[in-house]
Amino acid sequence: MKKIASFLLIAALIGMAVACGGGGNNTGNTTDGAKPAPQSMVKDVAAYDPKRGEGKFNPENVVLAEKLDEAMATSGEKISGTKCLSCHKLTEERLVGPGWKGVTQRRQPAWLMNFITNPDPMIDKDPEVQAQLELCLVRMPNQNLTDDDARHVVEFMRKNDGVK
Amino acid sequence: MKRTVYFILFAILSFALLLGSCKPKGTATAVSGDGGAKAYVPPGQYDEFYNFVSGGFSGQLAVYGLPSGRLFRVIPVFSVDPEKGWGYSEETKPMLNTSHGFVPWDDLHHPTLSQTNGETDGRWAFGNANNTPRVARIDLKTFKTAEIIELPNSGGNHSSPFLTENTEYVVAGTRFSVPPDNVNGDVPINTYKENFKGHISFIGVDKTTGHMDIAFQIKCPGVNFDLSRAGKGVSHGWFFFSCYNTEQANTLLEVNASQKDKDFIMAVNWKKAEEYVKAGKGTKVPVKYAINRWDEATHTGTSEIKKEVLVLDVKEYPDLVYMMPCPKSPHGCDVNPTGEYIVGSGKLAALIPVFSFDKIQKAIAGKDYDGDYEGIPVLKYESVLHGEVKKPGLGPLHTEFDANGNAYTSFFVSSEIVKWSLKDLQVLDRAPTFYSVGHLCVPGGDTKKPFGKYLIAYNKITKDRYLPTGPELTQSAQLFDISGDKMQMILDFPTIGEPHYAQAAPADLIRNNGQLKIYKIDENKHPHATKAEADAKVVREGNKVHVYMTSIRSHFAPDNIEGVRMGDEVYFHITNLEQDWDVPHGFAVKGAANAELLIMPGETTTLKWVPDRVGIFPMYCTDFCSALHQEMQGYVRVSPAGSNVPLTFSVGTNLPANK
Repeated sequence: MKKIASFLLIAALIGMAVACGGGGNNTGNTTDGAKPAPQSMVKDVAAYDPKRGEGKFNPENVVLAEKLDEAMATSGEKISGTKCLSCHKLTEERLVGPGWKGVTQRRQPAWLMNFITNPDPMIDKDPEVQAQLELCLVRMPNQNLTDDDARHVVEFMRKNDGVK
Repeated sequence: MKRTVYFILFAILSFALLLGSCKPKGTATAVSGDGGAKAYVPPGQYDEFYNFVSGGFSGQLAVYGLPSGRLFRVIPVFSVDPEKGWGYSEETKPMLNTSHGFVPWDDLHHPTLSQTNGETDGRWAFGNANNTPRVARIDLKTFKTAEIIELPNSGGNHSSPFLTENTEYVVAGTRFSVPPDNVNGDVPINTYKENFKGHISFIGVDKTTGHMDIAFQIKCPGVNFDLSRAGKGVSHGWFFFSCYNTEQANTLLEVNASQKDKDFIMAVNWKKAEEYVKAGKGTKVPVKYAINRWDEATHTGTSEIKKEVLVLDVKEYPDLVYMMPCPKSPHGCDVNPTGEYIVGSGKLAALIPVFSFDKIQKAIAGKDYDGDYEGIPVLKYESVLHGEVKKPGLGPLHTEFDANGNAYTSFFVSSEIVKWSLKDLQVLDRAPTFYSVGHLCVPGGDTKKPFGKYLIAYNKITKDRYLPTGPELTQSAQLFDISGDKMQMILDFPTIGEPHYAQAAPADLIRNNGQLKIYKIDENKHPHATKAEADAKVVREGNKVHVYMTSIRSHFAPDNIEGVRMGDEVYFHITNLEQDWDVPHGFAVKGAANAELLIMPGETTTLKWVPDRVGIFPMYCTDFCSALHQEMQGYVRVSPAGSNVPLTFSVGTNLPANK
């Protein structure tokens, strides 16, 4: 008999918990008109392509000429002065971030363009960038470069790597 | 044994029934039981309204979210703010300039949001300075004070900054009448009646830039102007000002300004005033007042002293201004959404008179006067009255409106909000406030299209409502849900300073208005900007040392400076090279007699520093910017006057001689 009583007791308590918890959901937790904040840190690591990175650039829409575009590289150098070179040296030496020497050999052009224009999701997902972050401890800031700015910076990186 | 089981079952069931009421279900119980839930905005979700709440004697404007009551930002306006460098950086100092020189404090009472077609448009907020009379315009894209204009011939700007339905004019009525600026003010105080005048300023606002200047002033007899509201819709073209101390007392106003049974609400035909101005009427009077403007391209404020103002004397223009008798020292004079009714709130009265614009026009046309006040026609009370709300409470102060024909009036003395119907002037509901409510706010409640839904009461006294904090206790705001027939209090929250008055606007209207996230570095036109670390430098010009410095996570350039000497004035011009939202850097240097700087992404800001002794002075970033924020530091070496230590600067290269 005691067993039955205990069983009933437990069953009833579970029932109450469900009833109480469920009732609150509709009336309580959302305020009419309140907007969800944008989710900027969604992680979908599985879909990440470490060769291309993440963003709007891919090998089809970033095509480099064999020869250097001098005008583009000059513009890229100027942009880098304002937005990049406080933290990156043109040698292999790390300052705040890694040195730029050889970066165009290490990375695909599309990856570079994506990382310059869309760094935050890539810092969260790219295994090599994650490893880099453990060294540098500063997340590369989004410096709000336009697509053209980024392309010019890549051209300047190529010049820095000896493309003529 | 069976009995025991039944007993237990019974007990459980009763308990379950009790517990069942622990959360409200359905709308019936929602009205009475879920106040907390209505004000709850879950983590990561946005509020529904912005609430711009005056800081009163703090001089600032606080921005809260509704319905949560969360504080987002305190915008420095009339008072210096060392936290943000406001009034301390070289660029912001001109913003607080006046004809009296630099004034570091004021008392902001009535935030008012700009309107287009009588509706809140989300462009600017205006605020008044109650002490050294001024009006400020705050840009709602940057949440920064963009302009401050001083008001001549004024003694304290309380009746302000209310505005017309297309923000054509922002008004400023002086609370304290004083002798005009261009006459000898060295007169006995008890010659008030003879020598003191009340000036009302109509400040024109440029539609595109928002730039303010005084279009004209109206010179009135000496009284205290308290509050005002523009007509709208049918009454567009008129402005209404509450006046007290029509007794013209100059001492013990508590008694001497409460003698008369009725004071006035003054109706101003500002369209008529515009016509006079266009026709070249009025007198240009020599005065001095400052206009201070912030330039978003140079990140710099400039102050200009103007020397003249156009004045229309009501004595010379008898069809400009009319007085309507209003019981007992009126405070609020609030115009309903259609513009037909003007609600007077005599703060020592026990009824609320509601005036009809239509009847006012008829009384003026028929010269239905009850004598004059210092030459201004006084309209017959009965002729302009729509009706009175009887026995509403004690000490009505201020009224706002919802979209359904209801009015809400605050009562300071009886500490309550009273809801009543404009149609039949019957009281519909009343709710106590805790305690002593001053102004109240309904989102859009002074416009043609109130958003309704909430009402916020701003209370002067909180006594036992919060944990005690010594003799001074916080003042508070109390949020009511007014979507039903009955007002329901759902939250109260403490505020900064004195929450004197506030306005609210839908979140989307403000957050989608083109909010500035960063200053684009290529568009930075500050004369001392440094746009690349390679351009960082230190330049001596006599005893002035200009440091052109950059900041980015997580270093300054230069971060080692030598060759500064005693007697030098050092100007740190710091450009934040970040181009990412929400990454300001700070700057502080030991012994600085002013404050820190907070530099927004892409912005250039200057801190002046006069070293007071020889030695090494650290400088560092104050706004936690990155994992290496604590490494974001540098040193300045100060040598004696006449020292021959050369001026040098560097970042990363000034290494020990012996490694």
